[in-house]
Amino acid sequence: MLEVDGGIVFWILSFVILVSGFMVVSLKNVFHCALALVLCLFTVAGLYILLDAEFLAAAQVLIYVGSVAILLIFEVMLTSKLADKRITQSNDQALVGFFICTLFAVAAYLLIKFNTIWYPLAKSALPSDNILTIGKYLMTEFMLPFEVVSILLVAALIGAIALARTEKS
Amino acid sequence: MIPYLALAAILFSIGLFGVMTRRNTIGILMSLELMFNAVNINFVTFNKYVVSDGLVGQIFAIFIVVIAAAEAVVGLAIVLLIYRNWKGIDTDHFTVMKW
Amino acid sequence: MFETFYPILFLVLFATFLAFMLVAFSIILGRRTSLGKKFQAYECGITPEGSTKDPVPIKFFQVAILFLLFDIEVIFLYPWAIVSRQLGWFGFIEMLVFIVILLVGYFYVLGRGALKWD
Repeated sequence: MLEVDGGIVFWILSFVILVSGFMVVSLKNVFHCALALVLCLFTVAGLYILLDAEFLAAAQVLIYVGSVAILLIFEVMLTSKLADKRITQSNDQALVGFFICTLFAVAAYLLIKFNTIWYPLAKSALPSDNILTIGKYLMTEFMLPFEVVSILLVAALIGAIALARTEKS
Repeated sequence: MIPYLALAAILFSIGLFGVMTRRNTIGILMSLELMFNAVNINFVTFNKYVVSDGLVGQIFAIFIVVIAAAEAVVGLAIVLLIYRNWKGIDTDHFTVMKW
Repeated sequence: MFETFYPILFLVLFATFLAFMLVAFSIILGRRTSLGKKFQAYECGITPEGSTKDPVPIKFFQVAILFLLFDIEVIFLYPWAIVSRQLGWFGFIEMLVFIVILLVGYFYVLGRGALKWD
């Protein structure tokens, strides 16, 4: 159980991820939740480095920590009544939800551990030059998704600007 | 490999808990981001330990990150619109579709 | 593999340590006052005007949306820049299509006047 790639670093990272993740769903002040989310996403980037995905870690820091978190914090400040601490932030199904989610986590762990036959490689054979290989894949094999992503981004941009426009009337 | 998958499963459950119990919409979106990250951890773990060669899992994870960001943009714009029309973004405010 | 990332780990640890030390020193060495000005919002030395609880203007949100989308574009530019020599014109045209599609969105935003700041 205790033998894992990355050793102590993995345990520290996963501890931070789980604690900050639980803070995201349980704190009363939504602004603090957003800050906990930043910590969680940053630590997940550390986990990606542990798993030999350096470019993905950089993308995670740039996109999630750099922009999505900023956007979320702006949104919290735009709807400023949220900073009011007297409002309860969870509904009355919290206990049932906690029970169901604990059940889900335990079931998933048991399935992963005992009910699935994995075929892990003896030694990982990942390409040593991470970003070069990703570039080759993106430009050749994943060419169509790569171009479709730009259309998706334009659609999201136009939709968001059209929805969030300031009404002059 | 098993600890990584277990971590992803627990993180996914935490996100699920947030989606089910949060009352305000931004909290729900944040919990969704947690679930996306759990899925990404799974992809990258499989890419390292199960796939024979190549980085297809990481490419998938990059596309998930990008699409999650686009989803956050549109979702937050909708939240803004909800705030403007209902003067609050708790999920029990906007029940016009319920009868 | 991740030995090359030890400097970053060290940097994170040092930044955390520094933040904790600064707060701890100001608690230990500083003089406590709880007078009027102490409770004012700190705006880099300028007297704050208005309430800090007011919602920020929606303009910031629009700029943040634009920043996020072009941030994603930059993420895709990095791997292309690494392999552009090998791929030659094919990769260049591919990237050109990607950027031109995004430019359509940019001109839409310009036309809507979302970047005007009155």
